[in-house]
Amino acid sequence: MKSLKTFPIGGVHPPENKLAAASEIRYLPVPAKVTIPVSQHIGTPASIVVNKGDSVKTGQVIAESKGFVSSNIHSSVSGKVIKTDTVTDTSGYKQTAVFIDVEGDEWVDTIDRSNEIVTEIKLTPDEIIKKCLASGIVGLGGATFPSHVKLTVPSGKKCEYLIINGVECEPYLTSDHRLMLERGEEILIGVTILMKALSVNKAMIGIESNKPDAIDHLTNLAQAFPGIEVYGLKVKYPQGAEKQLIKALAKREVPAGRLPIDVNTVVHNVGTAFAVYEAVQKNKPLFERVVTITGKSVPEPGNYFVRIGTSVKDLIEAAGGLPDDTGKIVSGGPMMGKALSSTDVPVVKGTSGIVLLPEDESSRMKSMPCIRCAKCVQACPLNLEPYLLMTLSEMELFERAEKERITDCMECGSCSYICPAGRPLLDYIRLGKTTVIKMAREKLLK
Amino acid sequence: MSSTILVTIISLSLLAMLAAVILFFVAQKFKVFEDPRIDEVQAILPGANCGACGFAGCRNFAEALVKADTFEGLNCPVGGATIMEEAAKMLGKEALTVEPLVAVLLCNGTAEYRPHTTKYDGVPDCRIAHSLYGGETDCSYGCLGYGDCVKACTFDAMFMNDETGLPIIIDDKCVACGACVKACPRNIIELRKKAKKDRKIYVACSNCDKGGPARKACKVACIGCGKCFNVCKFDAITIENNLAYIDASKCTFCRKCVEECPTNSIIELNFPPKKPKIEEQAEVKTT
Repeated sequence: MKSLKTFPIGGVHPPENKLAAASEIRYLPVPAKVTIPVSQHIGTPASIVVNKGDSVKTGQVIAESKGFVSSNIHSSVSGKVIKTDTVTDTSGYKQTAVFIDVEGDEWVDTIDRSNEIVTEIKLTPDEIIKKCLASGIVGLGGATFPSHVKLTVPSGKKCEYLIINGVECEPYLTSDHRLMLERGEEILIGVTILMKALSVNKAMIGIESNKPDAIDHLTNLAQAFPGIEVYGLKVKYPQGAEKQLIKALAKREVPAGRLPIDVNTVVHNVGTAFAVYEAVQKNKPLFERVVTITGKSVPEPGNYFVRIGTSVKDLIEAAGGLPDDTGKIVSGGPMMGKALSSTDVPVVKGTSGIVLLPEDESSRMKSMPCIRCAKCVQACPLNLEPYLLMTLSEMELFERAEKERITDCMECGSCSYICPAGRPLLDYIRLGKTTVIKMAREKLLK
Repeated sequence: MSSTILVTIISLSLLAMLAAVILFFVAQKFKVFEDPRIDEVQAILPGANCGACGFAGCRNFAEALVKADTFEGLNCPVGGATIMEEAAKMLGKEALTVEPLVAVLLCNGTAEYRPHTTKYDGVPDCRIAHSLYGGETDCSYGCLGYGDCVKACTFDAMFMNDETGLPIIIDDKCVACGACVKACPRNIIELRKKAKKDRKIYVACSNCDKGGPARKACKVACIGCGKCFNVCKFDAITIENNLAYIDASKCTFCRKCVEECPTNSIIELNFPPKKPKIEEQAEVKTT
């Protein structure tokens, strides 16, 4: 293990609370019915290709990608399509979804269900990218950006480093951690596949040093894989943010409003690497993922392979039921996750964890006047001035906010976390950011 | 001592005179001609600078009025017809008749009709709540109730009713400037034609969900059943996305749709109480 790297500016240290770190990944029983939203990724929603009454098999395409930035959606179960209707998803709004009643668990024939690890990579780079598109692979770190888009390097640009994100800097979440421990070899093969697709010969895996077992495990395994190196990173939130990770590992700064490929890097999550392995080597599309279900009062916090479309309710049941003192059910980590409005919300490709926060921890502090302590300025990993951006946005001085680089904000929430006055910094900054982006778009149209 | 004072006075006076001469010529050279009528027109405008006319303020609107050949597309909803006529007379142009409008809230989901299913403890601001999720009730279209419209109203024509959780619009004070329409992130405030005695018939719902979920979320939701559409003889009602809409320019206030609506989502306001007998007779006569 080499010395610990990190990003130079800002960051916070929320309590880690990795309660489910020691619990092995189990398979959640296939639920009685699933609800699969057609928009589980950034970009155009997929268009449904099945009809009411159709029988579907596990792994069958039920919605096809529409446009370049889009992704296929597969059935996660076998059974009958009962309807296409709307369901409230993580966004808190109703989205179109396919409702399937489960009958047995019959998989599509082409999927290799054996436990054997396939090392040899037969596909060419182009075929790998096509396979990712066909298998509905999206970034599993939470942003759900379609992976084939990231793998398609624009002409005139070159990728030098592939960076693999195994940081998992969000408190509570342990899904990537467990995956690295239990499916290490598969992940490394997945990384090799990604390297081949991008035609790079160097990959760096970044893991926070609070997961020494994962770092050791992958370092040992990586000796058999040329070009892959494992790096330990300092425990600091948001270490897992794309630009912060690039800064820490490649020592390059992605300019504002640009993409990692502009500094010749591409970042993928370890979960995505595993999904790529399964898609390319095992022909298995993305219809299940590891989800952490955790919380201080949860009877059995754990990590599960969950079929996409399983309701959060089923997942909570598996962990021993909803604790009485639950104040908030958060999808994702407590820093950047979203509180759910219902337990009927389905698990989607971007659901990395469900955190049940007790009532006393989930309520907001009373917002008090700013005392100009500048803790938010210190905490901001992007060198912004959150207190100022909040005030500008509150006073609707959006043009000034644009000059103060409000659109650079990645909404990590470090400012709101650190503020001793409990000010809703991120809420207002997000409002200002969306307004500024909207204004810019309107100006462009004119 | 005295000579110092004298020198100071003389030198400063000379300097002042020189400056005055320079300023006089500069003022002549850079004089901007401004139509004096702009000031006159501005004087009669309400001076609220609310932006309802589409211009940045009353001065800009006055300029536009003076420059314009006709008053087409120019209207001060705050001042209304009287001020527009006055301005027209002043400028020797013809005033166009513009129908007065009034803001109405297309939601009647009070706390009683629309039970809360979640609790929001974030910033009490509609825009922020709207960006986070569908709101405290199951209806993701209706009023959030944090009063962005009230904050936007510069004419004191709105206030929040704490009992119902909905804003109330005072018809007499509302000048249809449209500030609340712009402020509402859910787009549920509409400027409708003002009728005689402030009478109104409109669908007080914005829920585009199918009947079942809409009804489940709110007792007075429009379920898009189409009964009002069938009963309307004047083609004033259209149904789109499971939601009925009454065109104020076609509505004759016959009130048939109000009776027909199974969920009471069509609202009638400021009508005299019904006298059933007389109405029945009238119906017999016409048929």
